[in-house]
Amino acid sequence: MVETPTVRRTGKAVPPDQLKPKFIIDKLNLWFTDAHILKDVTFNIPEKHVTAIMGPSGCGKSTLLRTLNRMHDLNPDCKITGSVKLRGTEIFNPEVDINDLRKDVGMVFQRPNPFPKSIFENVAYGMRIHGERAHKVVEQRVEEALRDANLWNEVKDKLHQSAFELSGGQQQRLCIARALAIKPDVILLDEPASALDPISTSRLEELIEELEGRYTVVIVTHNLQQAARVSQYTAFLMLGELVEFGITDEIFTAPSDERTENYLRGIFG
Amino acid sequence: MFGLCGLSVVVVFGMLLLIIVFIVIEGAGVISWDFLTEMPRDGMTAGGIMPALVGTLLLAVGAIIFALPLGVLAAIYLNEYSREGKLRRWIRMGINSLAGVPSVVFGLFGLALFVNLLDFGMSLLAGSLTLGLLVLPIIIRATEEALKTIPMSFREASLAMGATRWQTTIKVVLPAALGQILTGVILAIGRAAGETAPILFTAAVFYMRVLRVGLMEQVMALPYHIYALMTEGIHPEEQEAMAYGTALVLMVLVLLINGVAIWMRIRSRKIKKW
Repeated sequence: MVETPTVRRTGKAVPPDQLKPKFIIDKLNLWFTDAHILKDVTFNIPEKHVTAIMGPSGCGKSTLLRTLNRMHDLNPDCKITGSVKLRGTEIFNPEVDINDLRKDVGMVFQRPNPFPKSIFENVAYGMRIHGERAHKVVEQRVEEALRDANLWNEVKDKLHQSAFELSGGQQQRLCIARALAIKPDVILLDEPASALDPISTSRLEELIEELEGRYTVVIVTHNLQQAARVSQYTAFLMLGELVEFGITDEIFTAPSDERTENYLRGIFG
Repeated sequence: MFGLCGLSVVVVFGMLLLIIVFIVIEGAGVISWDFLTEMPRDGMTAGGIMPALVGTLLLAVGAIIFALPLGVLAAIYLNEYSREGKLRRWIRMGINSLAGVPSVVFGLFGLALFVNLLDFGMSLLAGSLTLGLLVLPIIIRATEEALKTIPMSFREASLAMGATRWQTTIKVVLPAALGQILTGVILAIGRAAGETAPILFTAAVFYMRVLRVGLMEQVMALPYHIYALMTEGIHPEEQEAMAYGTALVLMVLVLLINGVAIWMRIRSRKIKKW
């Protein structure tokens, strides 16, 4: 037995292969110029659960996450082979509208990155670019999104102040509200707590747990405790290879691969 | 070495001060409200410089109306759309070379293209277009510098929500860069207001009896008015006093414009928090 962080979640989790998959990732390979970053990554991300991608720095976990909403399209040096299907549709298919894909697959980044606009306008931004003009609708959905992000009570009296006046933790929850406001199916979180203090981090983790069941959440983290606390399923990545994927509790208590066990023991990472 | 550097600063600063003091002493005598608001009279030895003042303002504004959209869009292409590579390097080099072309060459080019080929004649339109070309590199560079200061994370956040590149540029990047772009624009206005050679063959007339304002009308302009006062006419002494007065007005105008730019730069630095 390895010493593991406490797993908060109880109750029996269903093995991932018995769940409806949101993403089907098949033999995904990715290169930046000559560096082979992802190697034959194959697994399914189950729908409406929280899946953590963990692994040591540089293992390709953020790269994998950014593949899911095609953020690598911005990088001309990036080459991808293999397949990623979202609800059965190949996302690399040239006929897929990348803006529609990103509307369905929202993303929150490592560092809070609100726009230099008011709190209200930050959350309304996504609706506006997707053509929502009715002020009533926008107003209502801004409130909804801020409530869902556990931020409403803190900001309801200063919606029209600059988003930069919020604390780092609040800014990050604002970014989640901004992503939720366009009603995505999937939310990708790229080490969302890495720039936050412990209290802000725990509030953020509470929020992530609340998103479970309503959204498919994929969170990248190098923090083992965090992966254990917030996720039901964990993918463990090392040097670009998927070492194992399964129920978080099982990965933490009985890893099937020696490399996972060593990582959990803190031998590397 | 320190002493030599210090001395250089003193010399440079002294020269600047000397120019200002000299112009003020020579020119202040003729300055009055009437000087700013009246037509020139008596073979330009009396009256004011109102049409030249109006003409310079019109030319500067006309140049910006032309150069601002063109310059900002070009900078957006370079910074937001094009990828690092040969083409972009060539375009940048071209823009830098454009900035180095002597202004009298712009004047000749304006004469050939706008006045003759497009048949605008000597006019406010032809002069504004020529001055616009002259300040285009200033606006492109200022806009590019401004766009570069906007963090990538803003663009990523917008694109990740399914915004197009154009939406991202218009709704996130440009508003954030606006203060700095305007600073560049105002510097360009100052530059356009002070130039003589580009309007020499394209727009400027050295005397008009009544003020006529129109796109196809010729205009008087402050810098050209100084030139005319010093080289034409038959009352050199009285005209010289008027020339210094005009120079003072032009100098104050350009300093004011630059002052606004400096003020805006300071302000946008204070507001910026990222």
